Amino acid sequence: MSFDAHICENGHASYPGHTLCPDCGAKQTETIDLADLTGEVVTWTHSTKTPPGVRAPNTLAIVEFDIAEAITDIAPDAEEPDTFVRAIGQVTTDDVETGDAVEPVYVEELRDPDVGIKEPASQEWDGYRFDPV
Amino acid sequence: MTVAVIGASMTKFGERDAWIQELIAQAGEAALDDAGIEPADVEHLYVSNMSSGEFQGQTGIMNALAHDLGVMPAYSERVDQTSSSGGAGIYEAWQSIASGASDMTLLVGGEKMTHLSTAESTDIIASITHPAEYKHGLTLPSFAGLTARHYLERFDAPRDSLAKVAVKNHKNGVDNPHAQFRKEIDEETALESPLVADPLRLYDFCPITDGSAGLVFTTEERAKEITDDYAVISGIAGATDTHVVHERDDPTVMGGVVDSSDMAYEMADLGPEDIDVAELHDMFTILEFLQMEGCGFAEQGEAWKQVEDGRTEMDGELPVNTSGGLKSKGHPLGASGVAQGYEIYKQLVGEAGSRQVEADTALACNVGGFGNCVITTIMEAR
Repeated sequence: MSFDAHICENGHASYPGHTLCPDCGAKQTETIDLADLTGEVVTWTHSTKTPPGVRAPNTLAIVEFDIAEAITDIAPDAEEPDTFVRAIGQVTTDDVETGDAVEPVYVEELRDPDVGIKEPASQEWDGYRFDPV
Repeated sequence: MTVAVIGASMTKFGERDAWIQELIAQAGEAALDDAGIEPADVEHLYVSNMSSGEFQGQTGIMNALAHDLGVMPAYSERVDQTSSSGGAGIYEAWQSIASGASDMTLLVGGEKMTHLSTAESTDIIASITHPAEYKHGLTLPSFAGLTARHYLERFDAPRDSLAKVAVKNHKNGVDNPHAQFRKEIDEETALESPLVADPLRLYDFCPITDGSAGLVFTTEERAKEITDDYAVISGIAGATDTHVVHERDDPTVMGGVVDSSDMAYEMADLGPEDIDVAELHDMFTILEFLQMEGCGFAEQGEAWKQVEDGRTEMDGELPVNTSGGLKSKGHPLGASGVAQGYEIYKQLVGEAGSRQVEADTALACNVGGFGNCVITTIMEAR
């Protein structure tokens, strides 16, 4: 498994990926694996009233990854390439603050797929939690 | 063609014994009565509803309502735009009249929710999220917590300012006989209530609600024949923001609010300074700040100051959520946008009772998802 930000030829990045780049409509043809990077917490919350199959409390964060260097290699001709990309996800601990440095850690099952409203086969349930460095 | 609103209804919001078909029938019948028209007059029927299938297992409710009210063979359609289904219904109804496709349109919004647990309802609503969000257990309240923390930290806004929104809207709701909660609260109660998605607590969130509301639309020419008291839709627009919430450039800006209100102002040839009263989608207290800023009532990062200064109180320069808002009135998903329309219509025709404020021009902003889809409606008295 990888934790891919998706990149179009114009140097626009998004996590998750989309059929066409939300910024310019080009195909997203390249990826940057965020699992190898350290990010910074933009904001966080402890969610206590969680749906069936989700841990409680569920500490969540929006994390920003610096991709300025990586994107220059991928889209060298881009006029204004994105310099960062954000992702969202669970945090490994309840002890987190804005500005903390975090690393992605792989988890096989982020919530119990069998007890929520969604058809379990309709999507993936593994992914990455953020672990404070 | 200018579109007029000639009637409105709202049923009691709260925990109701009635199921979805009965709820929408009650609002539909009451709206026809309020407008003084017959079922046979209705040419288009729209039913705003997010999830009757998921909540109750009943689908096709526009057809059920058409039969229960006897409006056949009117064109009928269910409108789903999640929490902004009601606003989207107003948009559809406006289009039906403005295009000439219909001379008389009935819109009813409704949702039946309270028979499920909070966890189950939260999951149905969270199913609107991207799979990459859903697998982490993201919920709408957790988006609110993430956004509120960022807003408070970035703009150095006091936590108390969010509690003031809850206190204000609960105070307004006391005068609304249809509201789920008709009880004042103080700041201390709000600030000490149980944590839901910190920094937000229980009283920062709207309740889970059953309820319905209705509106009747026609041409201005026909409205003049029917009544002396009507309002016109002078501006209306909808806009869409990203599905994935964290992909927005600025976490404190709801692009759908900015874009839809800009277009609605342009259509009405009005600006934020012309609005006398507003209903904003306060599903969470922080959303009242984001919509005040997105609709141009305040600069970015400064809405909280206006709430602290009392500008948005009933006797303030711009009363916001005279109905009590979703916060005290309740939030039966598909009904909420229609109920916003009910409130501003009643304010404009002078039928808001003890909630009445002086208003010739009113705005309603109905937010779907976490700002994913937004409808802004501007009505003017005639």
